[in-house]
Amino acid sequence: MRQIATEQQVKLPPLDDDLSLHETGFDSLGFAILVARLEDDLGIDPFTISEDAAFPLTIGDFIRAYENVPA
Amino acid sequence: MSPREIFTLRDYLGPELKGRTISDARQVVSLTDILGETCLADRLGELSRRSVLLAVSDQLISALAMTEIDGVARRMLLCPPDLNADHIETLIDDAGIDAVVTDEPARWANAGVYLVLGAHSPERAAVKARTERATEWLMLTSGTSGVPKIVGHTLEGLTGAIVADGPARGAPPAWATFYDIRRYGGLQIFLRAILSGGSMVLSEPGEALADHVARLNAGGVTHISGTPSHWRKLLMSGSAAGFSPRYVRLSGEIADQAVLDGLRHAFPEASIGHAYASTEAGVGFAVNDGREGFPSSLLGSRDGVEMKVEDGSLRIRSTRTAHAYVGRNAAALADADGFVDTGDMVELRGERYHFVGRRGGIINIGGLKVHPEEIEAVINRHPEVRMSRAKSRKSPITGSIVVADVILADGCDMGSSGAIREKILAECRAQLPPHKVPAMIKFVGAIDITAAGKLARSDA
Repeated sequence: MRQIATEQQVKLPPLDDDLSLHETGFDSLGFAILVARLEDDLGIDPFTISEDAAFPLTIGDFIRAYENVPA
Repeated sequence: MSPREIFTLRDYLGPELKGRTISDARQVVSLTDILGETCLADRLGELSRRSVLLAVSDQLISALAMTEIDGVARRMLLCPPDLNADHIETLIDDAGIDAVVTDEPARWANAGVYLVLGAHSPERAAVKARTERATEWLMLTSGTSGVPKIVGHTLEGLTGAIVADGPARGAPPAWATFYDIRRYGGLQIFLRAILSGGSMVLSEPGEALADHVARLNAGGVTHISGTPSHWRKLLMSGSAAGFSPRYVRLSGEIADQAVLDGLRHAFPEASIGHAYASTEAGVGFAVNDGREGFPSSLLGSRDGVEMKVEDGSLRIRSTRTAHAYVGRNAAALADADGFVDTGDMVELRGERYHFVGRRGGIINIGGLKVHPEEIEAVINRHPEVRMSRAKSRKSPITGSIVVADVILADGCDMGSSGAIREKILAECRAQLPPHKVPAMIKFVGAIDITAAGKLARSDA
């Protein structure tokens, strides 16, 4: 996230689970890039695989979306 | 109209021009003697008034058959080699085909209703061919999916730009092209070779570039044409070194500054021109100043071609455009005023228009649009880059994001690719709005090129 933040010239606040995604300063393009890069690294995209994945609201939600993907 | 006033390829093939040849990797055929020969075993007369499908696997025999059939058949549909067999029935139906000229007669035997004529290497003709009519030339569009459209031309329209350019100075040129001559871009070059009184060296599918270049040299090629993708491939191959054409022509795709500069460097003695042409719109113009895009002064009317920009796309009206799409459900080719919408989007920067991409090729990133070609033009500017393709990748967040595949130039150390990636991205960020900057750049060994010599854009 930090790398993308630098690329997108976004100033990231300190990250913790309760921080809302909105407050990260990332726009939808930033998240689109993050999700695509994570898919390349991890081989999964929880938002595409799961039909009922709720769109995450906080950093914690976002991380849990990845943790909850069935192996 | 009396036959005397009909203009055919035969008129440019006489015994007075010595030493003219047409060749592929297997044979060299004299064009000087060709009027006394036949590829159709003297059965040309049977094609009179027929609508002929020219389905010959080999370019050389196709070329000779075209010169023989032109002026005799009612129409002639040129089959490119990569034509999907599933589409043939529809095309035969739409073009009203009632004769097939082929080197594989057995394959067509069951078509039943058609006259099937075998095409062979030329042999001495017993019957002299006689011009009877102006044959309609039918070509296929090179779109990526679905049945290709049939586009109707006259020889006069097809050769309009060649006649307007006038004869080449000095000795007749030896032309070559990386295209297949059954496609518009390649046919233009074949027609240039015939009308100029010169010779032609054909491409050969699957041939190694080094072998192709050796044939170009052996054939004394002075004038050569290809798409920017063809040229990038040649520049990458290292085979350009021993080759020094007088005229290098690009068409069929956007010629960006990087490929123009690369060619200037590789062929310092050559004049380098990029031409704008399409199967439907015909030849629009050629630009010879070595810069990408074209001067805005070309808009308006000049040399029988009228051009305008409307809703961002280039529109052309001239006698060189095709006259119609052919077929029962064929759409109109031109608007009510006779302008053909090329679907090529342009943008005015200063005094010059730049091509930015195809109307249908736009990638939509959360509602913001980008042409992959604009991104490629920025990436290709890097000396470390030989070729690139930007494409869309599905995103659950924005619908699509843009990613790019890049081929590095020879001698670029893959070890430093991280640094090159950063450099490319930094340049993209400086030149492009954020949604157009590739989310990811992948270094690859090859990028697919279609049979028509263009970057394969499967997502576009």
